Amino acid sequence: MKIIVCIKQVPDTKGGVKFNPDGTLDRGAMLAIMNPDDKAGLEAALRLKDQYGAEVTVLTMGLPKAADVLREALAMGADKAVLVTDRVLGGADTWATSTTIAGAIRNLEYDLIITGRQAIDGDTAQVGPQIAEHLGIPVISYAQEISVAGDKVTVKRQYDDRYHMVEATMPCLVTALAELNDPRYMTPGGIFDACKAEVITWGRADLKDVEDCNLGLAGSPTKIAKASDKVRKGQGEKVTPESPEDAVAYIVGKLQEKHVI
Amino acid sequence: MNLEEYKGVFVFAQQVDNVVSGIAYELLGKAKELAQPLDAQVTAVLIGSGVKNLVDSLAEYGADRVIVVDDPELKEYRTEPYAHALSSVINEFKPDIVLVGATAIGRDLGPTVSARVATGLTADCTVLEIGDFPLVAIPGKEAEQKHNQLLMTRPAFGGNTIATIACPNTRPQMATVRPGVMQKIDPIKGAKAEVVEYNPGFTPNNKYVTIKEVVKAVSDVADIMDAKILVSGGRGVGSAENFKLLEDLAAVLGGTVSCSRAVVDSGWKNKELQVGQTGKTVRPNVYFAIGISGAIQHVAGMEESGIIIAINKDEDAPIFDVADYGVVGDLNKIVPQLTAALKEAIANK
Repeated sequence: MKIIVCIKQVPDTKGGVKFNPDGTLDRGAMLAIMNPDDKAGLEAALRLKDQYGAEVTVLTMGLPKAADVLREALAMGADKAVLVTDRVLGGADTWATSTTIAGAIRNLEYDLIITGRQAIDGDTAQVGPQIAEHLGIPVISYAQEISVAGDKVTVKRQYDDRYHMVEATMPCLVTALAELNDPRYMTPGGIFDACKAEVITWGRADLKDVEDCNLGLAGSPTKIAKASDKVRKGQGEKVTPESPEDAVAYIVGKLQEKHVI
Repeated sequence: MNLEEYKGVFVFAQQVDNVVSGIAYELLGKAKELAQPLDAQVTAVLIGSGVKNLVDSLAEYGADRVIVVDDPELKEYRTEPYAHALSSVINEFKPDIVLVGATAIGRDLGPTVSARVATGLTADCTVLEIGDFPLVAIPGKEAEQKHNQLLMTRPAFGGNTIATIACPNTRPQMATVRPGVMQKIDPIKGAKAEVVEYNPGFTPNNKYVTIKEVVKAVSDVADIMDAKILVSGGRGVGSAENFKLLEDLAAVLGGTVSCSRAVVDSGWKNKELQVGQTGKTVRPNVYFAIGISGAIQHVAGMEESGIIIAINKDEDAPIFDVADYGVVGDLNKIVPQLTAALKEAIANK
C-alpha cells in the first residue's frame, strides 16, 4: 500500500504573528511547527504501515525551510519526502494551494492520501477536500479512526451530534483530526537517518496538469482586502474585593444595574 | 466568466434527519440583509430525501425562493451526492453569493463545491457585508475598483488576527459561517416562498461512499448556543464534583453550564458543553467565566456575549482583558455566596 501524507509547517499561534506590507503573512518571522492535525494524520499512516506494511510519502508545499517538518516526519518513520517550493507558488489561497498539491500528487502512486483536517494558522479545513476534488477521488473528512481492508478504507467520521462509519474504495483522501491519536516521537536513529535522507524538491515545472493561472497569489480567487491584528474590545472594570461578601455585592449590583435580575 | 450573469444570495439550508439546522435560519437572516443593497432575492437550497415539507419554515425565516433537490441518494449526508446537488444548482441558477454553515457538514461540502465550480471560499466568517474592492480605490485606477462585492471578515491565527477577504473575479462568492455568529430574523408566520424542484440526476460513481453505521450521541443537555445565561467553568474549578457550585448558580438564574477546553480534556464535562474555537461559539446575554484563564481560543468563542463577568484568583489572567466586570478572588468562596444572594434578591423582587 502506498500512502501520501500532506503536512504543513505552521507558525506556532501561541506567539505573535507578523505580516508583510502586502497583507500576506510573514512566515519567516515566526516559530514553526508541524501542524497538529497533520501530525495525527502522519501517525495514522505510520500505524497502517506498522500493521500492514506501507510506503509512506510525506509532501509539503512551502518555503525551503519547510523541509524541516519533512525531516521530522522522516525521523518519525516516513519513507520518502517531497518539498514543493517555488516563488511563483507564494501567496496562494486554498484553491491555488490545493491545485498545486494535486499537481504534485499526480506524479506519485497512491492508494490513500491523508491530510490534517485543518491547519492552525488558517483554520479553513478546505485544502484536503479540494485536493480530492482536483484528483477526482472520494474524500472523508473529520476522521476519528481509520482502518484498511483490501481495497477499502473504513473511517469513523465525526459530525456535530453523531458519527458515521463510512467505507470508501481506494484511492481515497481522508482528513484527520488531532484527536485521532497521540503521535509518536522521533527516534534517535530516525533523526540520524533523516539528516542524511534526501528530500525531493519540486518546483512549478514538476507539477502535472496545472495551469499557471491557477497558481500562487495571482491564481487565487480570494484576495485579501485588509489584514490586521485583532482589536479586542476594551477592558472593562476589574476589582479586587476584600471579602467574598464584597465580591458578591459587586456582582449582584452589576446584574441589577443591567436588569439581568 | 460573465460576472453580471450571477445574481441572488443563496443559502445552503442544512437539514439533518429532516430537521432544518439552526444555522440555516441564521444564514437566511444574514442573506436578507445582504440582499437589500444588491436588490436581490434570497434563495434557500434544500437538499435531502423527503424534505419538501421543510419549505415553509425556510420562507418564514426569510427565503423568497426555495430550490429543492430531493432524491433517495441524499438521505444521509455524503460528500459526493450533496456536492453534486449544490454545484449543479450553482451551475444552473448562477448565484452571486452562496452561504454555507461552517458545520461538520458545511466544512466538507463548501470546499468540495468551491473547487468543483472553480471559485473562492472564505471559511468561518464572522462579518459579511457588501462593499467595494479594493476598499479604497487606487489613485488613477478608480475605474478598476469593484462595487457591490461580498466582503468576508474572518479570524485567523488562532484569533490573533482578522482579515477581510473578497472574491472579485469569480462567481459565486462563497463563505462559510459558524453557528451562533449570525442572527435569525423573527419568523414571519404564514410567509410563502416560490418553490423550484430541481434534480440533476444521481449516478453513483467511485466518489460515492457507503455509510455502514450511524451512531447518534444521546444527549439530554440543553444546547449552550441557545442559552441566554451561561455559567462557564475552567480548569480553576478544580474537579468535576466542584462544578456543582456552577450548576447551582446557573439554576438560580435559569442559565446553563458550559466550560473551557481544559475541562473537556480533563474529562470533567462532555465536549458538547465546550466554548471556544474547537468548541461552540456562544453569545448569551450574560457569560460568567469562572476559573477560566481566557486563552485566545476560548475568548474567540464567547467575546460577543452581552455582559462578561469573570471570577479568577489570578489577577493577571487574560480573561480580565475581555471581561466587562472582573472580580479577583476565590471562586470557591464567592460562587456559593453569590448563588445564595441571587436567590434572595430574586425572591424579594
